[in-house]
Amino acid sequence: MAVITYGEHLLQSEAGESVLDTLLRNNIDAPYSCKAGVCQTCIMQCVSGQLPETAQQELKPNLREQGYFLSCQCFTDSDLQIRLPESEQLFVTAKLIEKQRLSPTVYRLHLQTATPLFYHAGQFINVKRNDGLIRSYSLASLPSEDNSLELHVKRMDNGAMSHWMTEDFQIGENIEIDGPIGNCFYASTSHDQPMLLVGSGTGLAPLIGILRDALHNNHSGPVYLYHVSFKEDELYLDKEIKALIENTPNVHYKPIITQHMTEDYVVSGRAGETALVEHPKLNGWKIFICGAPAMVKFMQQRAYLAGASMNDIYSDPFETRELRKEPR
Amino acid sequence: MNTLFEKIGGEAAVNAAVDIFYRKVLADDSISHFFETTDMAAQHAKQKSFLTMAFGGPNNYTGADMRKAHAPLVAKGLNENHFNAVAGHLQATLEELNVPENLIDEVMAIAGSTKDDVLGK
Repeated sequence: MAVITYGEHLLQSEAGESVLDTLLRNNIDAPYSCKAGVCQTCIMQCVSGQLPETAQQELKPNLREQGYFLSCQCFTDSDLQIRLPESEQLFVTAKLIEKQRLSPTVYRLHLQTATPLFYHAGQFINVKRNDGLIRSYSLASLPSEDNSLELHVKRMDNGAMSHWMTEDFQIGENIEIDGPIGNCFYASTSHDQPMLLVGSGTGLAPLIGILRDALHNNHSGPVYLYHVSFKEDELYLDKEIKALIENTPNVHYKPIITQHMTEDYVVSGRAGETALVEHPKLNGWKIFICGAPAMVKFMQQRAYLAGASMNDIYSDPFETRELRKEPR
Repeated sequence: MNTLFEKIGGEAAVNAAVDIFYRKVLADDSISHFFETTDMAAQHAKQKSFLTMAFGGPNNYTGADMRKAHAPLVAKGLNENHFNAVAGHLQATLEELNVPENLIDEVMAIAGSTKDDVLGK
């Protein structure tokens, strides 16, 4: 049990409760999304007190030194004084320079920062709207070839940010971004390693970045990209991908349509199974899985059981508040 | 080269063993449900610390930690059969890696010593 000091509030934490949950229980509108230590939306700064190691282990050393921590991963018995990060320290301004509709629900946005961002294709950034709403989006662009950041935004039925991004956010307007974050990206050290890329929905965004990075590095091993989609018209980069890999016989692209699968099959994450049927032995492969959390979890485990080493499995589950059936 | 951990090959041996071991455990339907979590990477890391301990390597495990960590599993029905199945996979992993028999015996003795704590007895 600890006392968490936040602004004027003195809050008593309960046993087994994260700092984020202490704030939320007291009706404090703290930013968060995944609650799993991945998205970094809930990042805060500790002004005084002893932080547990787990609250900082996913952060870069310079952020750790400044007392930044993930409030959803902070379980502590010591008293802490905390505050929201000061925007100018974490976030930079980016301008919307292009917006394009790719399918009935998916839009491609191009953002430009004043100073180029150093990142790997496939990492993600956190985007913060004026009112403080934060969401994570993966980077489909390649820093060596593109001079803007490419995001794929799927308009969710009840997604406040995605509605705003696709409909109200206008060319020339600014938004704050923080990042890059994550380790789901291509490593140019293993040119001949076979690669399996499986993404559902806009989980394709990081995979396109990774694929383009592999092509840029003349990757010589076989590459298989599977895009899991509900309907054919949601295979939003179908033509582009086919054109992209036209002259690279070692790269293969296969759409998986889930429309005719049972709901259980899709919800359980087994929609990606086609990829495994075609590649039953994955010893020595590098695996990238991005998109719906159930699919990511299922594929991670199946790829591992099929022989892929844990160190060679990279994933990016899209843990959004809107996608969850039950709050956490 | 004195300690078991050094003789067996240190951290490199743990790294080689953990993938094989955890894969065997997950593939075994009689015990896999105890090991399935949302965070597979974290679970994999736990298996790595377990192997480090079983190989006589540096660790901070106490009997009390073992009890506390496994209590939720005991509540879900973890019993001696499950413990023996995991031990069997550990032994098979070491044999697959051609670890000398006398060292396997030492590892199995360490793993076996955790039984009462794991099963909360």
